[in-house]
Amino acid sequence: MAVKTASGAPAALPAGATAQPGKKGFWAWLNRRMPLDEFIASQLTGYYAPKNFNIWYFFGSLALLVLVVQLLSGIYLTMFYKVGEGSSFDSVEYIMREVDYGWLIRYLHSTGASAFFIVVYLHMYRALLYGSYRAPRELLWLIGMLIYFALMAEAFMGYVLPWGNMSFWGAQVIVNLFGTIPGIGPGLVEWIRGDYAIADATVNRFFAMHVALLPLALLLLVLLHLVALRQAGSNNPDGIEIKEKLGPDGHPLDGIPFHPYYTVKDVVGVGVFGVLFAIVVFFVPTLGGLFLESPNFEPANPLSTPEHIAPAWYFTPYYAILRAVPDQRLGALLLVLAVALFLFLPWLDRSPVKSMRYKGWMSRTALALFTVAVLVLGYLGLQPAQGLYVMLARLFAVIYFAYFLLMPIYTKLDPVKPLPERLTYHAH
Amino acid sequence: MRTERAGWSWLAAALAVLVLAQGAAAAEEAAGAKEGAKEAGKSGADWQSWHANTNVTDMPSVQRGARNFVSYCLGCHGLKYERWSRLGTDLSVPPELLQKQLLPPGDKSTDYILTTMPSKDADSWFGKTPPDLTLMARARGPNYLYQYLKTFYVDPSRQTGANNLRLPATAMPDVLSELAGLKRAVFRDDMVKGEGGQFIHQQVFDHFETLAPGRLSETEYDQFVRDTVNFLDYVSEPTQAARRALGVWVVLFLLVFTWLAWLVKREYWRDVH
Amino acid sequence: MADHAVVADEEVDLSRRKFLTGATIATGAVGVAFAAVPFIESWSPSERARAQGAPVELDISKIDPGQMAVPVWRKTPIYVVRRTPDMIAHVTGHDSELKDPKSEDSDQPEYAKNTLRSRSEEYLVLIGVCTHLGCLPKQRFAAGELYPNWPGGFFCPCHGSRFDLAGRVFDGSPASTNLRVPRYSYPNPRTLLIGEDEKGVA
Repeated sequence: MAVKTASGAPAALPAGATAQPGKKGFWAWLNRRMPLDEFIASQLTGYYAPKNFNIWYFFGSLALLVLVVQLLSGIYLTMFYKVGEGSSFDSVEYIMREVDYGWLIRYLHSTGASAFFIVVYLHMYRALLYGSYRAPRELLWLIGMLIYFALMAEAFMGYVLPWGNMSFWGAQVIVNLFGTIPGIGPGLVEWIRGDYAIADATVNRFFAMHVALLPLALLLLVLLHLVALRQAGSNNPDGIEIKEKLGPDGHPLDGIPFHPYYTVKDVVGVGVFGVLFAIVVFFVPTLGGLFLESPNFEPANPLSTPEHIAPAWYFTPYYAILRAVPDQRLGALLLVLAVALFLFLPWLDRSPVKSMRYKGWMSRTALALFTVAVLVLGYLGLQPAQGLYVMLARLFAVIYFAYFLLMPIYTKLDPVKPLPERLTYHAH
Repeated sequence: MRTERAGWSWLAAALAVLVLAQGAAAAEEAAGAKEGAKEAGKSGADWQSWHANTNVTDMPSVQRGARNFVSYCLGCHGLKYERWSRLGTDLSVPPELLQKQLLPPGDKSTDYILTTMPSKDADSWFGKTPPDLTLMARARGPNYLYQYLKTFYVDPSRQTGANNLRLPATAMPDVLSELAGLKRAVFRDDMVKGEGGQFIHQQVFDHFETLAPGRLSETEYDQFVRDTVNFLDYVSEPTQAARRALGVWVVLFLLVFTWLAWLVKREYWRDVH
Repeated sequence: MADHAVVADEEVDLSRRKFLTGATIATGAVGVAFAAVPFIESWSPSERARAQGAPVELDISKIDPGQMAVPVWRKTPIYVVRRTPDMIAHVTGHDSELKDPKSEDSDQPEYAKNTLRSRSEEYLVLIGVCTHLGCLPKQRFAAGELYPNWPGGFFCPCHGSRFDLAGRVFDGSPASTNLRVPRYSYPNPRTLLIGEDEKGVA
């Protein structure tokens, strides 16, 4: 950075230094006008993160990568997609067949949508494992949950846009859920749809929200998420605060500069992710009907429901809970509760320790059961709601809710292990 | 760390069980498919496990399928998302041949492949408009199409005189009977678990009985159907061959890149203790 | 050993680090360049645009002598004029008033780089777009129609460019090159095929 005297005039350069034009000069010019060096120093080379991040810590940067992929592929799709009851479906086939590399841009976007949820769910799971939602990171967690809600809305609306038969009927079912709200329900449903059934008006407004409104909201929320993270500092697998043990230079003893150590490590994560992502995009883009559902290759038909209406795989746990309840209104309420309970985790968790490594057998069992419950409910959401499937859904829904509702009790009763003084780390 | 390791072992065990179960199921299906191919001519009892085994890189097969489609299907079904010229390029059909053998008179090669049947008439003749088939292979799957074309049987109780095992009460008449011949479906009485969960009496398909041979032999007709389904698989996603070819390079490149990135990471992390 | 997480080993090989980092960044840059290709290519005219831009046939026997037909090819008007012997005669004799009488700077296929700027004497085929800023010139075929010496040709109303009956631009016009000629051919004497010739589709 250029050195200045108290009066603001540029000082003489230190002895031995030569005035260099070119990059150094340009860099200095920029830095007088934008806080670049300060940013690098505070956020990259000067931001100290715990040294013991493991595999669970890749998913934040990967989520950012997938967001970029979705924005890029999405913007390109809007150059060719024509929204409208009579044109949406055809324009998607136009992209797939007649636009050079249109098929690739489409598959990037459809695979990216599922990849986003895989990455975000693993990212959230890390928080459950290591107590990353605990103080002082409650706000970070809440902002993250808002990102999750925005992402769900974004995905739901995006799914309607191809105007396939599943797009239509999925939208019909989910929008009808709003009708269960007492009093305002039916009016609200018509207001959301803009018509007496899911129609042209609906897909048009969903397009506007999917392309403009929600991406802006997501970008803002992601920015706030990163600011909140940098303010509190990262948690780590041991759940102890590295800022409590500072060295003589003022930096955490168990911390390492984010750049170059984690920038370099994250690139490897990007590479591995890229390989898996490319394998899906180029070889199994439909993933057996999980990433691109077969009924959606038929145009929307208000007179013909697909044999099994199921939402995309990332919504199926909640769908299973909804269908497990015999009462429509109560089912909708429980679905909302199933999502909303995550918000309360920072205050439900009363354990004296943050990380699962030091919690007792009760918390571990609870998390294990919860994990199984989510996976089983996800599977059940894809099946028809009959017989044994419904009974299992009820059982696992109870386990799902128990994880949250009993948490204040079992985290308090749990015998915990003593915390280590310093971070546990094995060189790798 | 022990917690995570225990967790990983459980996950690995669960995945292993799933993979083994899938493998066993797949092996069963494959065995069933092989058996089915052998037994198909005789009884057809295992029709639900018949596989189309499409291969869109088998160019002669796809070409034959295209010719079959134009001769036997285009009268009622369109392929409205595919252009004739695209067909010509992808299937290596020279423009003169395309013009002479495939293109309907009056159509330009850049036109979309449309059926001549007016949809209003179709509705009154068949009860519903014959659907466009461009995406049918993606919407129902090649196995469905293969089974559909091979399980038509004579049914005097229906207006078209025919019925189908894959799509019972189908509105489509048995237009390929000239090639495949005519067959009768024999049912037997059986106890089946109904949708309510109770066991009920139901007529269950037992086997086919040939009534009259067609112009093609069993093997020839089977090949006819395979070629046609292969063609429908191609037309549902014309870019699939290019997609896979490009994918090989992309994945190889990314593997190299990841390896280099990992070397850099290892180099820097020597510092960390 | 110091208590810090990061301790620079004595054996740190900075040159190895630089080399590996450089190789990885270079590979990444190559990857980004390749990844950009589909996005750039997707902007090319799509199959639909190319199909709509396919060559256009015109039955020229239906054009009366002295008249002009205006078919559309690739969303652009094409001027097809059936010149009378009188009009053909009026193409010569004013080379000194033209900016590019030999069509050296103008855009036309080799077979149109002649005085009449066409493959046949009788028919003139031009892209009906003014080479100045893109307006559509109007026909002024009658001699003397614009001013006493006017040999007949085209007049562009936007900024006043004038062209003769071979599409060549007059001095004093804002346009600097002659009206462009598309690639075309005659598959048979009655038919004009715009957008395709012996070399193939344009």
